[in-house]
Amino acid sequence: MIIEPSDQTNVSLTTETTKPKQQKIKIHRLNAMKVVLGVLAGLTLLSFMTMDRGSVSLIKATSEFLVNLKYMFLQPKVSVNLLQGLSNSLLLTLGLSILTTFIGVFFGFIFAVLSATNLLDRRYTLIARSVMAFIRAVPTILWVLVFSIVCGLGINAAVLGLSLHSIAYLGKAYSDSIEALGTDRLESFKASGVGFWATVCQGVIPSIKPALISWSFIRLEINFANAVAIGAAAGAGGIGYQLFVSSAFDFDFHEVGTIVYLILITAIILEIIAVQIRKQFIDTTQR
Amino acid sequence: MKSLENGLNYQDLQTQLRQKRHKQFWTLLVVGGSYLALSWLLHFSNTIGIWAIPKSFSWLFINFVPHAQTMQTLPDILSKLLATIGLAISSAFIAAIFAIGLVSFCAPVMPHYLGVKRVVRLIASFLRNIPLVAWSMLLLFTFKQNDLTGFLALFLMSLGFLLRAFLEIMEDESSQIAEALQVTGAGGLVILCRGVLPTVMPQFVSWILYMIENNIRDATLVGILTGTGIGFVFDSYFKSLRYDLAGITVLCIIVVVIALENISAQLRRVIA
Repeated sequence: MIIEPSDQTNVSLTTETTKPKQQKIKIHRLNAMKVVLGVLAGLTLLSFMTMDRGSVSLIKATSEFLVNLKYMFLQPKVSVNLLQGLSNSLLLTLGLSILTTFIGVFFGFIFAVLSATNLLDRRYTLIARSVMAFIRAVPTILWVLVFSIVCGLGINAAVLGLSLHSIAYLGKAYSDSIEALGTDRLESFKASGVGFWATVCQGVIPSIKPALISWSFIRLEINFANAVAIGAAAGAGGIGYQLFVSSAFDFDFHEVGTIVYLILITAIILEIIAVQIRKQFIDTTQR
Repeated sequence: MKSLENGLNYQDLQTQLRQKRHKQFWTLLVVGGSYLALSWLLHFSNTIGIWAIPKSFSWLFINFVPHAQTMQTLPDILSKLLATIGLAISSAFIAAIFAIGLVSFCAPVMPHYLGVKRVVRLIASFLRNIPLVAWSMLLLFTFKQNDLTGFLALFLMSLGFLLRAFLEIMEDESSQIAEALQVTGAGGLVILCRGVLPTVMPQFVSWILYMIENNIRDATLVGILTGTGIGFVFDSYFKSLRYDLAGITVLCIIVVVIALENISAQLRRVIA
């Protein structure tokens, strides 16, 4: 969610004034950007004009919203009994996100190899790419709902839905990193008669290890957020479900505050772990 | 190769290789073991899971196929879809305006920018890590069931993401150009508007485009929770067992997401 698996090329204003051609391109780029921003602004205006605002008074709703925010963040409350249940469901959600990341990493890598144009022929990569684009285009929550028809609402559907989306996401991210390797290094493996999977294991994996690790941890963070979401929207259990119950049925925003704090702390810990591991890995590989 | 150059002999290489194998073995054992332990703890059945995948896909292709009657409802679905696209774009755009405004104060030419940066980062982390579910439910409670609720939920989420992304870009890109222009004696505001912002803008736009794509997907979730937009359309058809209509809704979402992905990839190529 936070970082997309495609290369965001860095752009800086080049000061090579000796090449008038480049100057022209730069102006062209800035104009294109203005056009894009203008179109987006127009669409935003259009959407605001046609938006269904309901009959709620904005000022009243905003003040009520702020009061509820205050209940949530400044006066979080919870009973001891519930806290026990909450910590269990937090662990469930965390476990769910780790499990689906494992599955996503394993199958995502296989898909990445199958869709890397510098490893395989374009005929095969096109198939793998289209399958992954299709899976990625359907939101996670819809996959969970579809799987829940066959295996019932619950942990099985949640694992399958989250894993499927992770596989497609990581597949794209990994295959982009594999393609960034170029063909030269892989050609030399081929020339010395190394087999396909040996090339992948000995040539590809060691070269893209830092990228593999950092994408996997980014996906872990996303999976945690998604696991909370599907717990609420698909009734898959876990802390998301508790959050849904206490906000949609009990209207107890003090309790919602506690749950949100629990989720917030976990998410921040996950982020810190990810940053540390990424840092360590980049250090050891550079040495 | 390196060890050979350093004058290590064959035996050293052998032990190195053995150590590597050892490490690989243990890593595999730990990962596999924790996978099994987790699936046992969560009561996830691997056999049911594996069988469910072909079953679900065959169910999907049998039940989600639209028929003649489905087409009558298509205009209704499309209008909701357009409204959702509008929400995704407007929430990302308005969030971007706010984010650019806030991040401008973190440019290295502004007074007290280090302190401001810390505050902005805190706000971003806060907004981003609060689950979308919590925002949606809180907003639904006060703003009731309408498009504005969906807009606000997406806006708050986008603001968190864009703030973090913009801040990182600003950190990476702005210091050099700011320093270079400071030497020429330009004032803070001039450097910001003529030097820093034009430098970072292409990357900012690239992120806005990505945020729009992401908002379409998140709009489905927000829609299911708050009863607005395309998410609500899908949910109501799905729960009333009108699978052909649910199918066409999903198809619409897929077409829009893939189209947006391609459009923004093209735009990025022009801009960046």
